[in-house]
Amino acid sequence: MLKIENLCVAYGKRLILNCVCLEVSSGKVTALIGPNGAGKSTLVKSVSGVVPILSGSVWTNGKDLSSLHSMQRARLLAVVPQAVSMPPAYTVWETVLMGRTPYLNFLGQTSLRDDDLTRCALERVDALALAGRRMGELSGGEQQRILLARALAQSTPILLLDEPTAHLDLQYQVNLLETVHDLAYNDGLAVLIALHDLNLAARFADQVALLVEGEIRARGTPRQVLRPNLISEAYHLPVQVVRHPFLDVPLVLPGAGDED
Amino acid sequence: MRRRFLPYILIFIALVLSVLLSVAIGSVFIPPGDLWRVITGQSPRIITQAAFILTAIRLPHSVLTALTGAALGGSGAAYQAVFKNPLADPYLIGVASGAGLGAVAAMAISWPYTFWGLAAVPLAAFLGALLTVFTVYALARIGKTLPTTNLILAGVAISAFATALTSFLMLRSSGELHRAIAWLLGGSSQAGWGPIMILLPYLALGLGALLLFGHALNLLQFGDEQAQQLGLNVTRTRTLVLLIASLTTAAAVAFSGVIGFIGLIVPHIIRMWLGVDYRRLLPMSILGGAVVLLIADVLARVVLAPQELPVGIVTALAGAPFFLWILRKTKSQGYW
Repeated sequence: MLKIENLCVAYGKRLILNCVCLEVSSGKVTALIGPNGAGKSTLVKSVSGVVPILSGSVWTNGKDLSSLHSMQRARLLAVVPQAVSMPPAYTVWETVLMGRTPYLNFLGQTSLRDDDLTRCALERVDALALAGRRMGELSGGEQQRILLARALAQSTPILLLDEPTAHLDLQYQVNLLETVHDLAYNDGLAVLIALHDLNLAARFADQVALLVEGEIRARGTPRQVLRPNLISEAYHLPVQVVRHPFLDVPLVLPGAGDED
Repeated sequence: MRRRFLPYILIFIALVLSVLLSVAIGSVFIPPGDLWRVITGQSPRIITQAAFILTAIRLPHSVLTALTGAALGGSGAAYQAVFKNPLADPYLIGVASGAGLGAVAAMAISWPYTFWGLAAVPLAAFLGALLTVFTVYALARIGKTLPTTNLILAGVAISAFATALTSFLMLRSSGELHRAIAWLLGGSSQAGWGPIMILLPYLALGLGALLLFGHALNLLQFGDEQAQQLGLNVTRTRTLVLLIASLTTAAAVAFSGVIGFIGLIVPHIIRMWLGVDYRRLLPMSILGGAVVLLIADVLARVVLAPQELPVGIVTALAGAPFFLWILRKTKSQGYW
């Protein structure tokens, strides 16, 4: 479980995150939604220690993450970044094996166990067949799955994903999120995922947090957060929320209703 | 397992062959038969002259050349990794010029050909290199990030400045001008085993330490954020690698002058051959640097024989087209 308490982050004098409080439970998927520039990526980066924290704290199992070394933190928390500007020349196997970094000795030697965990991670994202290929030869969807595998090889109880579906085709988006959902439900990971697609958040998340201008405006189940008034105000756009025709989740549609 | 060690075996054979070639060729050609007899210690009376040339002149020269090449190949690979730029090279970022300035300053103050006079030169070169690398670092740095473009631009500017100062110092200390120019162009005019004894500890320390960073340098290729999220202390790693690579470069520059393009060419050839894994790329670049500089040095002595060219001219003539080729290649496709 991940507990974010009163987290404030600033770039220079500009406050990006203002007293954010959020709990990410184990075995659940928590989606972070909000318009561009709301601070979703900053939240992921500050929790993972890449962006310095102004005040507040991030706890897991009674440990303050910001007080840990990057290696200790990398054993607790793995991040799946967006697959942009990847070094193209490493093979898929080499890339995923780098997830084992926090467990290696100072020479960076890998053991048979590291090989096993790398193989498992690749199987988990259904990409073992790609092991010998170079990252640069893969499609965006495949690269994103490899980055998920690398995070899984880190064997952490917490998984953070920063808009992993941003540039993917529909089938890859659904594929990836099904895997992520499965990781929370079957493996008990605490998953925090920044998503820009509200309907994917509605379908795959147990909890949704709406981040607007660095503040959490609402959080709860998808049904509680994905309300027309909340979403319209956050995105400055009139929206309709209807019931999904087959699944028991809300469906957000842009546009004003004529009847109103 | 065999595939893993094959490149090392091949490069080791190439190293032995190029050392043999390097000691055999010169103003007096030593036939392979005599070479063999000297090495194995058979019938030394018949070929004492050859033996003297070999052990007192040729061999130290070859060893110095090999060590210099190793230092430039290894530090070139390290700079390319840290700056994530295929064109990073001790020259491009100004470290070599800084080291040259330090060395020339030490020589301008005193040019005594004694042990301590010699030992002071690499120290001054190291100070010059460090001063350059951290000036460049400070100039290029924005907050906590280090954009590559800034770094290269700052490197070029500082390099021009250091080169101008070096020229000024050389013009002022008129007497040894010719020798200093020859040295600066990469003609290792200093003979004997003395320089090697001083160079060796610097290089053993520097290159040995560099080899520990293979995995860390792999991680850095994914960007600072991902490297840190994977558990690497990015700032510390980068500072340490820069320090070590600068020490290594400085030691090589202090004794062999400013030899360009080895640090650029060699890691590229190895990368095209074996891929980008720095755990293998670093040791192979070190060994490959030795091989390539030995061959360039043989060419420098053969092309206009009996006159010997400074080896820096040969590496620049071969290296500049290579540089342009890489520039084109990196634009069109991403094998980097």
